[in-house]
Amino acid sequence: MSQSYNRGLIEDFGRWKEFSAGMWAWIFHKFTGWVLIGYLFTHIAVLSTSIGGAQGETTMVDGEAVNVYTATLQGLESLFLIRLLEIGLLAVAVFHILNGLRLLMVDLGIGLDSQDKSFYASLVLTGAITVASVPTFLTGVSI
Amino acid sequence: MSTQQAEPESQEAPKDPEMQGAESPAAETQEGDGAVDQTSTDASELDGETVHIKVFRYDPEVEGKQEPRFDDFHVPFEKGMTVLDAVMYARDEYDSSLTFRHSCRQAVCGSDAFFVNGKQRLGCKTQIADLEAPVRIEPLPHQEVVKDLVVDMDHFYDQMHTVEPYFQDEDTPAVDDLEEQRQSPENREKIKMSSRCIWCGACMSSCNIAAGDNEYLGPAAINKAYKFAMDDRESEEIKEHRLRILEQEHGVWRCQTQFSCTEVCPKDIPLTEHIQELKREAVKKNLKFW
Ligand code: SF4
Ligand code: FES
Repeated sequence: MSQSYNRGLIEDFGRWKEFSAGMWAWIFHKFTGWVLIGYLFTHIAVLSTSIGGAQGETTMVDGEAVNVYTATLQGLESLFLIRLLEIGLLAVAVFHILNGLRLLMVDLGIGLDSQDKSFYASLVLTGAITVASVPTFLTGVSI
Repeated sequence: MSTQQAEPESQEAPKDPEMQGAESPAAETQEGDGAVDQTSTDASELDGETVHIKVFRYDPEVEGKQEPRFDDFHVPFEKGMTVLDAVMYARDEYDSSLTFRHSCRQAVCGSDAFFVNGKQRLGCKTQIADLEAPVRIEPLPHQEVVKDLVVDMDHFYDQMHTVEPYFQDEDTPAVDDLEEQRQSPENREKIKMSSRCIWCGACMSSCNIAAGDNEYLGPAAINKAYKFAMDDRESEEIKEHRLRILEQEHGVWRCQTQFSCTEVCPKDIPLTEHIQELKREAVKKNLKFW
């Protein structure tokens, strides 16, 4: 055989419209997993200011000396963008948990025939919980 | 058009599509060409007289065919026509260089797995009537294309052989006093589905984990191993040996339960279920602390 033709990766990804439920579940699970790992690092960065706070470090907010930890949290929470990101984080975490439970079922051989339905159910539940959380997350935000 | 008219027309049909079929290999479908195709197809497709198939073409040995493209054929439609029937008609009537594999034409030999309208299917098992036109027929993805619809299956066969797909039993009696080796009906029932595999490779082609990891055994090979590992007639040692092959890094643990193999398998083998069961077996085997 002189030659053969390899269709390559690009074409594979170009086929996203042909992906099925299980494939999307896999993609979303990986994606949300990475987002959660990324979030953990920012979470640690924010938490680390509590060490300073405990040691009595202060920062100036509106001419007043405030505990650094409290100031950091209040500063972040007052930003609309951060509130939005929190909603996104909730959505990501909820989906990852629900799909994780779904995968656990699959691992145990339970409900294999309705694996696609359980994926859709995870999506719907995630959506519902996320929407329901919006009022809570957006109260008291300035700007 | 009425159904009565359909019959005489379908006899004439070869002439008309022959021109289109012959034209398209020469050059990539041009504007005008495509427009003519489209109108004629739309009208006739509604009548169920001809079916428009778009077939992937590639031939490394012919200059001008080395650049992959799609050829359009308009095949007279008959009730019960399968995708394989359609490509065979196109080959026999319009372009004898159109290359694909097939043999049994009854979903037994597994040689005509194609990628039809975005899904791995057996040509001979897939009814044209169940598909949306134009029907796009491509070689199996994730395997190199040798020519037109023919892909290189070597790697797939290699993986199938890795799991030692044959019955092994040290206790098999000598040939002279060979006796029946009985299997319980329950055990037979357990491995029944796994024994239906026809080595078509559709599952492997649909699995994007297999596509990204060349060493992954793949659903078909794991299913084959399942058939033997679950067979009571093989000894415990052999079963352990089989599990050792399966629990390696590129064995069952690579499966990410995307279910694409299970969805495309023309023999309805619950591949993901079998892979998960073998994962559990592997865990059980390694979890003996007592
Ligand atoms: S398991 Fe199914 S899809 Fe895979 S090779 Fe066997 S018959 Fe084909
Ligand atoms: S020709 Fe044998 S399976 Fe289709």
